[in-house]
Amino acid sequence: MAVRVMIPTPLRVYAGKRDSAEFRASTVGEALAQLTGEFDDLRRHLFTDEGNLRSFVNVYVNGEDIRYLSKEETPTKDGDTISIIPSIAGGSR
Amino acid sequence: MSETLNLWINGALVERIRQHGAETYPNECCGALLGRATDAEAIPTRTSREVLEIFPLVNRREDSPRNRFFVTAEDANDADKAAQAQGLDLIGWYHSHPDHPARPSEYDREHAWPWYSYIIVSVQNGNPRDMTSWRLQDDRSAFVPEEVEIRNQAKA
Repeated sequence: MAVRVMIPTPLRVYAGKRDSAEFRASTVGEALAQLTGEFDDLRRHLFTDEGNLRSFVNVYVNGEDIRYLSKEETPTKDGDTISIIPSIAGGSR
Repeated sequence: MSETLNLWINGALVERIRQHGAETYPNECCGALLGRATDAEAIPTRTSREVLEIFPLVNRREDSPRNRFFVTAEDANDADKAAQAQGLDLIGWYHSHPDHPARPSEYDREHAWPWYSYIIVSVQNGNPRDMTSWRLQDDRSAFVPEEVEIRNQAKA
């Protein structure tokens, strides 16, 4: 049993239409790196050019927002679920 | 290969979106588009989707609601649950541009997700005007317009 990463609807087209993928990873950062390593087209939608998670990309481990844990250093173990949840933003100017 | 993007929507839903923009003016309104997205692979040059319901939301940008909107992850999750409860998919979002054209801004582009349809309605002096729809290009460099096809449009 590995770490399951749930892929949100708007990104599934870049992951072979899959809604999840599993990886062996000891941190959230490792799992996301493996996700974008396997599905390279996901990278630009999850991370800025500087390699930071985009502000509207919310990542949860077992339902907890990683911003309140250790961010991408949040430890993960087999059986954990990482969810990528969009927030939506925009504006006229 | 050029791809035609079509967004079908009922005239009554168009009016509800426009009315939401009028109600929240001079602030931006926002909400979710629920419906069906079908890639008509048998016709590879055409991709269409249909809005069958909307899910109005509260603009959470209390600091700058006149030119910004924000849907929290929790609100987005509620919209997704509403879609699932009706046997629909969450296929996009709408928001208004108060006293501004119905064209995506650079801020819209920087914050957009791919795949979703983004409807924008321009509200001028409290009156809803143009309504357009857009989808983010795969490389995030720009939006591609979706042709909005209105079914059962109410006669003026």
